[in-house]
Amino acid sequence: MDSILEILPELNLAFFQTIFMVGIALLVAVLLGLPLGITLFVTDQGLFLENKWMKGIVGIVINLIRSIPFIILLVFLLPFTNWLVGTTIGPVAASVSLSVAAIPFYARIVESSAREIDRGVIEAAVAVGASPWMIIREIILPEAKPGLITGLTITAISLIGYSAMAGTIGGGGIGDLAIRFGYYRYDNTIMFTTVILLIVLVQCVQYFGDFIAKAVNKR
Amino acid sequence: MIELKNITKEYISKENRIVGVDNVSLTIKEGEIFGIVGYSGAGKSTLLRCINILERPTSGVVKVDGVELLQLSSKQLRKVRQSIGMIFQGFYLVASKTVYENVAFALKAAGVEQTIRKKRVEELLTLVGLEDRMHQYPAQLSGGQKQRVSIARALANNPKVLLCDEATSALDPNTTKSILALLKKINKELGITIVIITHEMEVVKEICHRCAVMQEGRVVEEGPTYDIFSNPVDPLTKKFIETVLSFELPSKLIEKLQGKLVKLQFRGDLAAEAIVSDMLQTFTVKGNILHGKVEYIQDTPLGIFIMELLGEEEEVERAIDYLRERVSIVEVVENG
Repeated sequence: MDSILEILPELNLAFFQTIFMVGIALLVAVLLGLPLGITLFVTDQGLFLENKWMKGIVGIVINLIRSIPFIILLVFLLPFTNWLVGTTIGPVAASVSLSVAAIPFYARIVESSAREIDRGVIEAAVAVGASPWMIIREIILPEAKPGLITGLTITAISLIGYSAMAGTIGGGGIGDLAIRFGYYRYDNTIMFTTVILLIVLVQCVQYFGDFIAKAVNKR
Repeated sequence: MIELKNITKEYISKENRIVGVDNVSLTIKEGEIFGIVGYSGAGKSTLLRCINILERPTSGVVKVDGVELLQLSSKQLRKVRQSIGMIFQGFYLVASKTVYENVAFALKAAGVEQTIRKKRVEELLTLVGLEDRMHQYPAQLSGGQKQRVSIARALANNPKVLLCDEATSALDPNTTKSILALLKKINKELGITIVIITHEMEVVKEICHRCAVMQEGRVVEEGPTYDIFSNPVDPLTKKFIETVLSFELPSKLIEKLQGKLVKLQFRGDLAAEAIVSDMLQTFTVKGNILHGKVEYIQDTPLGIFIMELLGEEEEVERAIDYLRERVSIVEVVENG
């Protein structure tokens, strides 16, 4: 018990570092992964911006990143991280590789939730003479919204897991704490505490995500 | 209004070539309701989708209101599509938008200002009788109401043409009637040319001025609806007509028949009963009406009776000749 009290300030810091890293990565996932996912969808065969080349290239790049295990991506991206944020340790550095992993992950989820939309609804919008941009903004995004939010929840939870891996190379956050105290110092109490903290965090994210997805679903 | 010339649509895959529409030419006049009938897979839906280039024909010319659509850029095509409304079997409303927003979307797509948009949506929803459902979501509406919303959406930008892709096939008979009545009203009051594809002859009978029958990508018969109903030529057309005008006599009855079975078809407003009773008075024959029906094809009656004529063979023959002179079609169905 004492050891927990002793470490409380560090636990607190680690918690917010995790939130920070995951938050940045989620933001980047929405900013870049969402447009990429939509691109994958609308360039598909039979859709209003059908483009085999575009779809092929974007698809290959996404698969390329997704096929690299995160722990390797982490190391692989060190020079890039250093160039971008000037350091390779700490939560800011970790959020770079988390973001790179989050973009293709979320893009694929966006693509698959857009596929759930009845093509007829999109066709009806084409028949009405709407521009591609309008169809994306007014039809695809609102119709896919529940799926997009559920997908964001899935991404967030995966990122929490990834962020612990980032801890192994000094990324900060709950994972870092677990490794330093739990693994290197054989302190099981700290280890369990961090695990419980992660469980609570994941549960909260899941609950919150489900709640919002349900609230926006008009079906 | 709509001119389709030598429209062919092929689907080419690695193994084979499938012809969806095979060299079809049709002219649809301004202000008319035109029906395209056929079984599923006949290519009627593909043909309809060629009219607003949702499906790009492999070859041919598509002219709507004098504009050759296949020559247009995608931006110009979007503009033209705003003047061609379309409704579907599956309604295809946006589930996350209210009734109001669904209709307003079409106006937004055409760049209509918000203040005008509001007035126009209200107008349209009043036209289709859903002004009190404005803020509900599609999931809260019945099938017929959903189709009304999609009609309002299709009419938003004052189109000259309305394309209906099996618009009533997912609806029950009563709702179908009310949607057809609405389409009729739109055609009459707004002068919009309507093209309907369907596999239900009832729909054609109810509202189409002219119709075409399609099979395997080709038009096998085309003409005014009344002519198609009263005098179908192609076997497929006959089959379709039978779905509405069927005269099957029970086999037990046929076995018992003694006289000659004749089928009389009266066109227009011929006084059917008077002719038959005159015939019975003039000739010494007895007549039993076994089956009869008067169908109204857009308010023009088409009467069909099946009679058994009993008497001396010569007299019966003369009676039939008498009928032939006065009735549009007399068919001797069976000798007793």
